[in-house]
Amino acid sequence: MARLKIRVDQDKCQGHARCKSLAPELFELDEYGNAHEIGDGTVPAGLEDKAWLAQTNCPEIAIEVTEE
Amino acid sequence: MSDVSHLPKHPPVEDWVNDFDHTDPRWTEDPFPIWDELRTASPVVHTERFLGCYMPTTYEAVRAIANDTEHFSSRRIIVRDIRPEQTANAPPITSDPPAHKPAKQLLLPPFTPDAMKKLEPRVRAICNELIDEFIADDQCDAAARYTKHIPVRAIAHMLGIPEEDGDLFIRWIHEILELGIKDQAILVKAAEEMDVYFAGHIEHRKTHPSDDLISTMMNARTKDGKPLDDAHVSGSLRLLLIAGIDTTWSAIGASLWHLAKTPADRERLVREPALMPAAVEELLRAYSPVTMAREVMKETTISGCPVKPGNMVLLSFPAANRDPAMFPEADKVVLDRKENRHAAFGLGIHRCVGSNLARMEMTVALEEWLKRIPEFRLDPTGTVTWSEGTVRGPRQLPVLFGKTA
Repeated sequence: MARLKIRVDQDKCQGHARCKSLAPELFELDEYGNAHEIGDGTVPAGLEDKAWLAQTNCPEIAIEVTEE
Repeated sequence: MSDVSHLPKHPPVEDWVNDFDHTDPRWTEDPFPIWDELRTASPVVHTERFLGCYMPTTYEAVRAIANDTEHFSSRRIIVRDIRPEQTANAPPITSDPPAHKPAKQLLLPPFTPDAMKKLEPRVRAICNELIDEFIADDQCDAAARYTKHIPVRAIAHMLGIPEEDGDLFIRWIHEILELGIKDQAILVKAAEEMDVYFAGHIEHRKTHPSDDLISTMMNARTKDGKPLDDAHVSGSLRLLLIAGIDTTWSAIGASLWHLAKTPADRERLVREPALMPAAVEELLRAYSPVTMAREVMKETTISGCPVKPGNMVLLSFPAANRDPAMFPEADKVVLDRKENRHAAFGLGIHRCVGSNLARMEMTVALEEWLKRIPEFRLDPTGTVTWSEGTVRGPRQLPVLFGKTA
């Protein structure tokens, strides 16, 4: 399986926090509750499904998942 | 009768597509088939009622309007019969860019998921205190005895005002969100009473600072280092109280209503408690309580439909969440729905500031109820009633359990 990378578009994120709830290993929230990818956004092996789950549940379509 | 002033201003709707009315009793009772009819007719429909009002009927059209702060203003957020010039501001919900962002950022830190975790034990205790009061009766009105009291006590706890004042807050909210749609005098009186109430609490904290949310607001500083004026603090407090109570009360109530009439889902949630986070999102989607409004400021086109200034927009997130183009089997509650970009808390910059609080309250309220009352059903001799207007949820929810289940 190709390695995945995630990125939260800060212009789109409104802090629904669905990603953090679904994939706490991949996302963290700042003091305003807006989401950021952890580290450089590289998805550790085994967490690919969670990355896609977060992407498909973001109400603002703010999460990009790319295959490297 | 010659006196026309007493004629009802809301005659029964005969043509939903061209004359919709979200205060019609049939909409209040069962809006879902009406929304389907409107959506089939057009992505944006219009009524001459409420001095002219559009309603986007698809998820796509709702998203487009929510994200378009250039053509649509939030200065009026309730669709009403009148549009008085003087509207009580409640920043940030009534704010547009550029004033919106700084006002909202002040409120966000106290409502993060981590902040809500600290409040969770108190909410769990509130739920159990309430259940203790009626569990021996083997029946109750779950709206009047349970769902109604959880958010009001939780938000009072956060704000640092007495939980016992809850009935007062519930009356103000009823007057502003329901009666106020058609009666300006009632709305103004309730808003004034709230301002007097909060002025007292603000004044008290000037000499007795505390660590509650009122003090947090009073201690907040704008970017240029100035404190907020009392009117801003009072307006935001009014917003938190209004927005934080009957919304979540409605969401918890509608969830219990669904579980009471759907034994398969109820049994599954009892059997698989790990399903709760997904179930809460799905119940939020299917029974979203909150409909917002915008005012058209400039002419534009939404989903191919022309939209003109001078009209309000009924921004129905609940209807968007039932759009089958966005959600397969949109009319069905699928507790473990995998893809669920629901808009129950709005979309765009006005995303509900209390969404993490609402989710926590819903989760805890359902968990504690199911732990102690795993089997319950609607009382066939009772009547479920729903609130009218901006926030929809059960206001009477008679259920049977224990020996009567």
